[in-house]
Amino acid sequence: MTALAQRPYGRVGGARRGPWSGAGLPLLLPALVPVLVFSVGPLVYGILLAFTDARSGRNTETSFAGLRNFAELLSDGDFWESFRIGMVWGLSVTVLQFLASLGLALLLNQDLRLRGVARVLAVVPWAMPPVVIGLMWRLVYHPDAGLLNGLFGTHVDWLHDFSLALPAVIVVGVWTGMPQTTVVLLAGLQSVPKELYEAVSVDGAGAWRRFWNVTLPQLRPVIVAITSLDFVWNINQFSLVYVLTQGGPGGRTRLPMLFAYEEAFRYGFFGYAATLGVAITIVVLAVLGLYLWRQAREAD
Amino acid sequence: MTRALKYLALLGYVAFLAFPLLWLLSTALKTPREMALIDPTWIPRRPTLANFADAFAEQDLVGAGLRSLLVAVATAVITVVLALPAAYALARFRGPAGKIAIGWVLLSQVFPVVLVIIPLFMVLRRLELVNTLAGLTVVHVVFVMPFALWMLRGYVRAVPRELEEAAAVDGAGRLRALAAVVAPLLAPGVVATLLFSFISSWNEFLFALVILKDPEVETLPLTLVRFVGPEGVARLGPLAAASLLATVPSLVFFAIIQRRLRSGLMAGAVKG
Repeated sequence: MTALAQRPYGRVGGARRGPWSGAGLPLLLPALVPVLVFSVGPLVYGILLAFTDARSGRNTETSFAGLRNFAELLSDGDFWESFRIGMVWGLSVTVLQFLASLGLALLLNQDLRLRGVARVLAVVPWAMPPVVIGLMWRLVYHPDAGLLNGLFGTHVDWLHDFSLALPAVIVVGVWTGMPQTTVVLLAGLQSVPKELYEAVSVDGAGAWRRFWNVTLPQLRPVIVAITSLDFVWNINQFSLVYVLTQGGPGGRTRLPMLFAYEEAFRYGFFGYAATLGVAITIVVLAVLGLYLWRQAREAD
Repeated sequence: MTRALKYLALLGYVAFLAFPLLWLLSTALKTPREMALIDPTWIPRRPTLANFADAFAEQDLVGAGLRSLLVAVATAVITVVLALPAAYALARFRGPAGKIAIGWVLLSQVFPVVLVIIPLFMVLRRLELVNTLAGLTVVHVVFVMPFALWMLRGYVRAVPRELEEAAAVDGAGRLRALAAVVAPLLAPGVVATLLFSFISSWNEFLFALVILKDPEVETLPLTLVRFVGPEGVARLGPLAAASLLATVPSLVFFAIIQRRLRSGLMAGAVKG
């Protein structure tokens, strides 16, 4: 106790502040244990499973399969279809979400009257259970008791139509993800220094030029961060689409995670499903890497 | 852009954000007869609460709600108890181990949940915890932990080191300094993390779908999804009613966090 009181944070002596110095280790241990046991452990186990032929049966033997799962995945037409749908979904939801949220954030950042209502509404989907969001939109899309057919005078079964199901689901994705994106972009807008606007106003720049030359460049780091996160969240989406369509009709909305869920828990191919998870991780990291690299280059 | 155009755009947003919510509310208050009308009505002609009663009669909403509550409270408490010392260490000791740990927390968000749920399922099966609420709680703790760590680490960093050091210089030991100075300042952050963990668990669906097999142990999201059967229009009313009820806890807690996050407890703590 006295030793601690003399050199409270290892700062006074200045010699050792590393994590392995006397005061640090007992405190860092509780930090590392939850991370190791609850995060690193399961993930490493999951990644290892991708290289085995693990099945769901209780007494099945599991053996090392090398890259066989990956070879099988690459020649699996159903996987490629699911992958294509996942990319269409992931990219379009992320882009639409961003554009819609940017517009809303810009409006919320102004002195308009309905701002309070819009602000509250913009956050509500964040707090709702994804299952409830899915069920709610099923009510909206419902062919008989729904809202849309009555509104448009059509008779379409939106979520069971081969060409409309994916766009319909994408709209729900945008609605669901708008809150986080809007809140983050709004916070970014509010931290843009006022002087910058004043400077270009003196130059006689219009609203559009101000947005293009000041707001957007200032917002760039925030935009890159939130769109990257959105893309990761969207590509890994499961609950929303499972409740809306279960991946139907005919697999037209079967996102990669729905495909993986079916492989693992309907057909029992644990190893194969894990392989799919690893493959999606690689793709996500590649897309993000490319995106961040291009952004960093353009920022120079 | 003119002001009128801006208002028009804002109204468009309000309409897009609000109409599914209003439709849910409207459906929950409608009679089956009105729901079958060709021209849908926004405001129910004869608003009824019968759907709420039916919802309780048709599914074990009370039981499912209580089970969800149990899992969510347990998840929140266990997560924060495990994460708080960890977050403190990660915030205060900036050695390589801490950096690696926090880097991992961020990176782990990139991995799809299938990679986590399959090994957890296998472990839980070996421990005979599949189909139990305890098993689901373990999975939820795993699921919430990274973000809870991240949140709490931020709150700890917001407590100025100088306050702690001042207390230590005044003769209080580190633990006393923690209890007397840091803990009260950290309390709102801890509450926010508790509520956030609660909401995450209360709303969670995929893990529950994988872990829980019997209706007797189902949590609320699973029960809600079971409303959607081939039965058709007649059950939409109770479905909407139950969905509304299931959203209430998340919404209320979320509203509380929002305020907590903004309460400037730290303002003036150092300079004052």
